[in-house]
Amino acid sequence: MTETLSGGETVVFWVLGPIALAGALGMVLSRNAIHSALWLVNTMLALGVFYVVQEAPFLGAVQIIVYTGAIMILFLFVLMLVGRDSSDSVVETLRGQRVAAIVLGLGFAALVGAGIARATQELTATGLDAVQGEQGNIAAIAESLFTDYLLAFEVTSALLITAAVGAMVLAHIEREPGSRQTQKELSRARFLTSEKPQTLPGPGVFARANSVAVPAILPDGTPSEASLATGIEPETPDQMPRPTGREQLGTPDAALGTLDPAPGGPAAGEWSTDR
Amino acid sequence: MTLTYYLVLAAILFTIGAVGVLVRRNAIVVFMCVELMLNSVNLTLVTFARATGTIDGQIMAFFVMVVAAAEVVVGLAIIMSIYRTRRSASVDDANLLKY
Repeated sequence: MTETLSGGETVVFWVLGPIALAGALGMVLSRNAIHSALWLVNTMLALGVFYVVQEAPFLGAVQIIVYTGAIMILFLFVLMLVGRDSSDSVVETLRGQRVAAIVLGLGFAALVGAGIARATQELTATGLDAVQGEQGNIAAIAESLFTDYLLAFEVTSALLITAAVGAMVLAHIEREPGSRQTQKELSRARFLTSEKPQTLPGPGVFARANSVAVPAILPDGTPSEASLATGIEPETPDQMPRPTGREQLGTPDAALGTLDPAPGGPAAGEWSTDR
Repeated sequence: MTLTYYLVLAAILFTIGAVGVLVRRNAIVVFMCVELMLNSVNLTLVTFARATGTIDGQIMAFFVMVVAAAEVVVGLAIIMSIYRTRRSASVDDANLLKY
């Protein structure tokens, strides 16, 4: 321990270092991919502050703007496109792979950490004041970037344009012209083939609950099967007698004196039995 | 406190990222672990730039960021096109080249 850094920097390190570590661990350990992304944002913000502390304010700003601002939002966009519920499976494809990976990680961390700690004991913080001089960090970076590293900088532009074009090519879906139906065609198909061209009644409309599992009640008091979403077991929340006068009159059809009972649909009391 | 602390922290973060790449099955999370590894290397570069008193380390970190941005764009596009054909973002399901 040759040189001590300033007290403020020590405080920053011991506050943000554990936060960065916790973010990294949380990213690996959380099963939900969105939680992983948010943990990683945590770590990246802490690293951005580290850059600012270590005389790299430009990189700190770029870290926060580009990494946490752009790249992680891109990650979240893709997560939302792929589906939020695409959680990781806990099934191990290779037996013992997880344990082996953790042992490997511990060994690697111990070896590299100990090696670095031993090798850099005499490392002194020279500081960038001599290089930067009066002009400051950004001007120093710009001067070096546009003189010594000009070729690499130009190649970077080629890399970026290639990446943009590649992403567009990969994410593009080729549709044949005319393969997509217009609204007019869709409407015509619906009226020609469907028996019920109108909108289906929504679940829970005119019922006593707004759950999707509660069928809508038609004006004559019968639950409407068409209002239920497919794949949902219908339930009857409560079958309090409604003061419709139906008990006295029977179905409207009976009240009006038609011969046929109401065609189709379950009878009024059919779903009122206790499940 | 010396600069060694930063380097050890970066090494630990790198290891966590590497273990995450080995352990996780979701391709997007694997990608995030790669990002974590790149970030920890950036921290090392910035620390060494400060230690040696040259600006080149910061420029290297800057280039790493640019390459990481390009890599993320292309990688996520690949993950999305795989998801579109195989309906899965798991790295275990993309095994057509296996045999």
